[in-house]
Amino acid sequence: MKAAPSPPTPLPPSEGSQPPSPPAPLPPGEGSESLIELRDVTKTYGQGTAEFQALRGVNLRIEPGEFVAVMGPSGSGKSTAMNILGCLDNPTSGAYVFRGLHVEQLSRNQRALLRRYYLGFVFQGFNLLARTTALENVELPLVYRGEPRVARHARAREALDAVGLRQWEKHTPAELSGGQQQRVAIARAIVTSPTILLADEPTGNLDTQRSHEIMDLLVALNRDRGITVLMVTHEPDMARYAKRIIHFLDGRVSSDHRNGENT
Amino acid sequence: MFLSSLLLALRAIRRNLMRSFLTILGIVIGVSAVITMVTLGNGATRVVSDQIASLGSNLVMVRPGQRLGPGRDSAGAPRFKVSDAEVIQTQISGLNAVAPSTNRSVTVVYGANNWSTAITGSTDAYFTVGNWRLAGGRVFTESEQRAGKAVCVIGETVRRELFGQLPALGGELRVSNFSCEVIGVLASKGQSAMGMDQDDTIVMPLRTLQRRLTGNQDVNTILVSVVDSSRTDQVMADLRSLLRERRKIAASEDDNFSILDTRQIAETLTGTTKVMTMLLGAVAAVSLLVGGIGIMNIMLVSVTERTREIGIRLAIGALEREVLLQFLVEAVALSALGGIIGIILATLASIGLAGVMQVPFLFDPAINLLAFLFSAAIGVIFGYFPARRAARLDPIEALRHE
Repeated sequence: MKAAPSPPTPLPPSEGSQPPSPPAPLPPGEGSESLIELRDVTKTYGQGTAEFQALRGVNLRIEPGEFVAVMGPSGSGKSTAMNILGCLDNPTSGAYVFRGLHVEQLSRNQRALLRRYYLGFVFQGFNLLARTTALENVELPLVYRGEPRVARHARAREALDAVGLRQWEKHTPAELSGGQQQRVAIARAIVTSPTILLADEPTGNLDTQRSHEIMDLLVALNRDRGITVLMVTHEPDMARYAKRIIHFLDGRVSSDHRNGENT
Repeated sequence: MFLSSLLLALRAIRRNLMRSFLTILGIVIGVSAVITMVTLGNGATRVVSDQIASLGSNLVMVRPGQRLGPGRDSAGAPRFKVSDAEVIQTQISGLNAVAPSTNRSVTVVYGANNWSTAITGSTDAYFTVGNWRLAGGRVFTESEQRAGKAVCVIGETVRRELFGQLPALGGELRVSNFSCEVIGVLASKGQSAMGMDQDDTIVMPLRTLQRRLTGNQDVNTILVSVVDSSRTDQVMADLRSLLRERRKIAASEDDNFSILDTRQIAETLTGTTKVMTMLLGAVAAVSLLVGGIGIMNIMLVSVTERTREIGIRLAIGALEREVLLQFLVEAVALSALGGIIGIILATLASIGLAGVMQVPFLFDPAINLLAFLFSAAIGVIFGYFPARRAARLDPIEALRHE
């Protein structure tokens, strides 16, 4: 695999008003580190008799530039794994190493900064801010990065351009179709040039034609910008776009293969 | 970051204009009630102190007995005589004028009109001490005072009631059993601090009053006017030791007279209105507190309603304190907006009510600033809890929230 063009992600902010800057992760490629590595990760919800083990020891490595589809029936632990990979949740035990950085040891705020500077999210329900224009929605991550207004507008327009919605920037989500809303959400996820794009059933609420358009977009982002894409889906049609497919079952990885190989 | 939070907050407020307005209504009412009460109270205090100032400048009153007004032990205390006033005049320095005076209620008659009023017997110094000006005529002369002639100077109310459109000067009033020539009319002074009509008065020479009405040599009150008000305390101390000596009071005994100056009277009376002002202000402040609870309530609703928005913000990397700040700024912006509207309303209401209540409108920057800061502080206090709740949301839960 060719070395992923490292996105021009600046290491955490130089502005003085951001005290808990994330610990500087090691640059990619140092040693034999993967981009992401899960080691014996478990996740347990609840206590006592209500205890539920969502992950029962997951080991996983993801290299820069991969396009991974995560599949599995509901309750298999794929969403839990995605939440952990997205730094939204911490594992109960085991290690999550992101570019050499042990995420499981980070505080809530440090994980937030990791999300701010390295991750982009696309959700099944789009999750755009209501009554807020497409442009403002796309700008949002840049606001938290403290980018000045003008630069923010320029980058947000660029991102909207990339998803083909430049002329819709003044429209609010209610004025956009589902496919357009999801494209705005993708623009919001990529406006920061993230290292990883996490997509949780991005086509779950869309019809077949829109779904394929969205997948084409994700493939293009992965191919042209070198953004590592992690996507949860339960539609085999959509998983076919990925280079690698991981199946979850009962809290474990049940299969992990390159696309095209047999399970 | 703070500025963008403010813009964000203003946008959120504008998005829900009606609800924002209802939310801040409590603060608006609270702030305007507090400011209106205090402003009107200040106006009332000013009226009282102005009226006391009109009693006379640097006035010191000496009375027999230990109480102001009709106290029970003033009856037993020996009266003053004219000689007391003369000794005060000669022995105490720094005095402008000393006026011994005695009052008596009488009914006076002129032609077909009669009128009940109070007659004061005093010397011409009375006009100096009491800050009286003449609207017409003259005051009594030295010889008239010595001879106890039947002449008098009447107040505006008496003139109006008895003479109406007729000329008062030279008129002969019938005062109980004698008649008395009007030689002067006093300029109007209006109501006193206690609500009495100061113009409802007749002044005649002390000796005339003593001979023809009271039939004794007693002086009820000695009025002393001090040249320099900063020396009032010294004059009062001098007066006290002089009078104790003249009245042969042993060191162990209490005074059997009292000395009051207008400043003391003013302090007593304005003190009462100030306490009233504070009480009214405090009652109004309770409504501010209720307004604050209203803000907390709506902010909690807002946090619940916008759980998903908070989830999105957290997911894309907002820090806890950034979300906290966002909601806190929103609460403070709401309550400060309420404060500003409250101040505007209070100013309008105060001007209107001051006109109705006939007190001056005194804009008090301190209370306006205080009320504004208090309303903003309420935003911080009552906004903090909902804001913290928003900031501590679990992003996963928040994103799933419908």
